[in-house]
Order: sequence, then structure tokens, then C-alpha cells
Amino acid sequence: MSVRTTLHDLHLDIGAKMVPFAGYDMPLQYSDGIKNEHLHCRDAAGLFDVSHMGQFTVRGTGASLALEKLLPIDINSLSSNQQIYTLLLNHDGGIRDDLIITRWHQDYFFIVVNAACKQQDIEYFRQYLPSHIGIEELDQHALLALQGPKAVTVMQRLSLEAIALTFMHGCHTSLLGADCYVTRSGYTGEDGFEISVPATGVDALARKLLDFDEVRPVGLGARDSLRLEAGLCLYGHDMDDNTTPVEAALVWAISQSRRVGGAKEGGFPGADVILGQIAQGTTRKRVGLQIEGRVPARQGTELQDPSGNIIGQVTSGGFTPSLQQPIAMAYVNTDCADVGSQLQAVIRGKSYPATVSKMPFVPQHYYRG
Amino acid sequence: MKKYSENHEWVELGGDIAVVGITKYAAEQLGDLVFAELPSIDSEYHAGDTVAVLESVKTASDIYTPCSGKVVAINDALEDDPELVNREPEGQGWLFKVHISDPTDQFDSLMDQSAYQSFLDQ
Repeated sequence: MSVRTTLHDLHLDIGAKMVPFAGYDMPLQYSDGIKNEHLHCRDAAGLFDVSHMGQFTVRGTGASLALEKLLPIDINSLSSNQQIYTLLLNHDGGIRDDLIITRWHQDYFFIVVNAACKQQDIEYFRQYLPSHIGIEELDQHALLALQGPKAVTVMQRLSLEAIALTFMHGCHTSLLGADCYVTRSGYTGEDGFEISVPATGVDALARKLLDFDEVRPVGLGARDSLRLEAGLCLYGHDMDDNTTPVEAALVWAISQSRRVGGAKEGGFPGADVILGQIAQGTTRKRVGLQIEGRVPARQGTELQDPSGNIIGQVTSGGFTPSLQQPIAMAYVNTDCADVGSQLQAVIRGKSYPATVSKMPFVPQHYYRG
Repeated sequence: MKKYSENHEWVELGGDIAVVGITKYAAEQLGDLVFAELPSIDSEYHAGDTVAVLESVKTASDIYTPCSGKVVAINDALEDDPELVNREPEGQGWLFKVHISDPTDQFDSLMDQSAYQSFLDQ
């Protein structure tokens, strides 16, 4: 039996089609349908229930240094209430999960991880952080995402502190009387907020947000197409235990100071492999693809070079509502990975021209102040 | 006379030509269509064969023909406007027409409207 989020009743009230996802019963779409939800989020504001994701805190003397042994980032470069995207890595340099870590105070951190990985992630931190460092699961907290160009217009009516935030910063603030932690972040490529809210207050807050004319509910279907257009990886599809950050084109997520020649070079799991790959390259790489015609090239679609050699595979693909064409992320041999490379996507025995494309596929609209 | 299959296709017979599409229920389940891969004209199929693929934003679904025969027409309007299937699944959003070999046999095994409705309600 799937776990339900606190908003399960609300989802049913507003016409959600529910599907199992990562052990949860989650809304795939509402009555507007995936395409309209997607376009509404790009045009106005969408509200997402992402309470299935894992939220926890790490706190204790020396937590900053201890976390730097596990994560390839420069934690001391983070100011209070600043957050960063990072990766949990295995000793072969493979990606265990991707996550967002926010520094609340010197040695006090708030971490959000993927739903499917959360138990193993928490166990991993318990195992590898010193025992005096406390890990508290925020399982009585829900998580909402309010995303889109009008998100700030809506948030302005609820919290002036929140609208003063810039991208990848957060603050504690009260929304409708609930003590929330709001960050200027999200996974759609749009400006917007993620709101960690006590489960007791989430229903009232979500209903209030949906009462605003600008806001429509958005399900997992459009969440997927939005993040694909934004060029953002989905764990378990576009990266996993067997892909490194270098192959996944996520080198930007390895802080400069942790790379070769940096002040805190290496010292994280898989550093030898990853730093070696940054220097020497890899045989395959994650790229974006634009496919001619209207046929979506879905996960698993085989890719060929112009001579018909198999050179890669699609890891996420679909038809983009914003651009009205099929797009995909794929892993291809590095010699086919340059932007502009001409490939063929083989779908049900037919070949469709595919061009390696820059990502994101649509412009990002993060608010940097 | 319109009949329905358990795979949620409908077929309407006029003389020896059968028009085939998907039901309103199926269109709602699929969601917004982005592409319809339709059969070639003159290709021959047996009832139950996969003859088309409908791609929605979320997924790809095989479409089976509920009757045997030769494809004599496909709905060209879907090339530019696949969402016609969402808007009018049991009208302008038809998929293909089949010149059927033996009308009586094939149609007996399909459901009429009320039987299909009961099938959906189960």
C-alpha cells in the first residue's frame, strides 16, 4: 500500500489522477491535464505537492567539516540560509543521489533528497557522520513548490521576507500562521519557491495558494516535462550509481576548491575517479537532443551515428509543450556529444534525425536579484 | 451501428467499410496526444493486431484493430492536430478505415454501447 502525503484528500478534491511513485500515491495530473499544467507553470504559477521528498537536518559541532568529507562542495563558502545543489557519491564516483543542502547556521544544515533514496540517504549519513552529529528526519513536514513567473506575485501577499530572497537562498517565515522555511528554488527552470511547512498547516496553506487566480495545481507529469525542458536530471533516469558527475555533465556541481589544485582538493567519495575524469575526459556524456518530427523519443530509445553505429541511448524523453517538439536527454559516445552533432533516434524501427542541443531547452528564469 | 472492444476501440460499420477510433474513456486515460502513428494504406491486418501507436505527453499506447481487413484510409488531420482525438474521440478524431473481409463474424464478438458501459463500470 502506497504512502499518502498529507495533501492526499486535497488532491482527490481537485480531481487528481493518482499514481504510485517512489512508494507514494501521488498526483500524476489534475483536471487541466499535463500539457495545460505545464504551460500554466511557464506562464503564471503552478503549485506542486513534493512532500514525498525526504527532508532532514544535520546538526552538531564540526558538522561542516564532516559533511565536506561526504560531499564535493565547499561548505564554508555557504553563508547562513544559502543553499547548494550537490551529489552523494559512491567510491567509484557513481551518483548515489542528488540533493539540495541549506546552511541554516554554522553547523546546522537542512537537506532535501529524492523520495526513492531518502531512507538509504539518511542511513548513509548516520553511518558516515560522527556519532555526536544529530540527524533529524522532518517527517512531520510537508514540502510545496510554487513555481512560475507569477510565484513572486503570489508570495508577496503572504511573506515580504520570502520575496526578498534571491535564487538558492532561504528564510524562516510565517505563512498563514505556520512556521515555514521558504527557499527561492525549484526544479522547473522558473523563478519560484519551495516551502517546508509543518504537516498540520499544509492543507490550509495549499488551499489558500490555490485560491489565487494565478495558481493552478501541477502534477508529476508536468513536473517531469518542465524539468526536462529545463535540462535538469532526474535521478534513476539521467544519472544513477553507475554514472559519474563528469559523464552526467554535472562537473559544475563539484566546487572549484575540491578539484585538482584547489585549496580542499579531493577528500570526498570517488574523488580519484572523478578528478581523473575531469582531467582526462570520459567515453560517454549526457547531452540534450532535439528530434525532428513529432514522435517522442522515450527512455531507452537507441541512438545511432550517421553510419548506423549504436552510439548511445535516451534516458529521458518526451514531447515538450513549450516548444511543441520532441526533446530528450541521452548518454552518447563523447565523439558524438558536441552541440550540433547529427544523430538518428530509432523509434519502432524507424530512424528520426536528432541533433545534439544545448541545455536548457528553454531559458531559465531564476531570480538572482 | 457502433460497437466497442475491450481494448477501448470503437468501430462503426457502413457497408463493408469500418471506421475505427478510440473511446472517450481511452482518450481521457491517455491524456494530451502529441503524435499518432497510423497504419499504411493497403496494409492488411487481423483483428487484434497492433496497427497504430498513440503517443501522449506521458506515454505511448498501442492501438489494436477490432476487425480484420485492409486499411483504406487514415485520418490525415491527426498529423497536424493529434489532439483532435482528445477533443472528439468518437467523431472527427477517428483513426483509420478498414475494408473488412467478413462483417458478421467479427462484429458479433464486440460490445454494444450499453455492454461497453457496463464493462467500464465493472
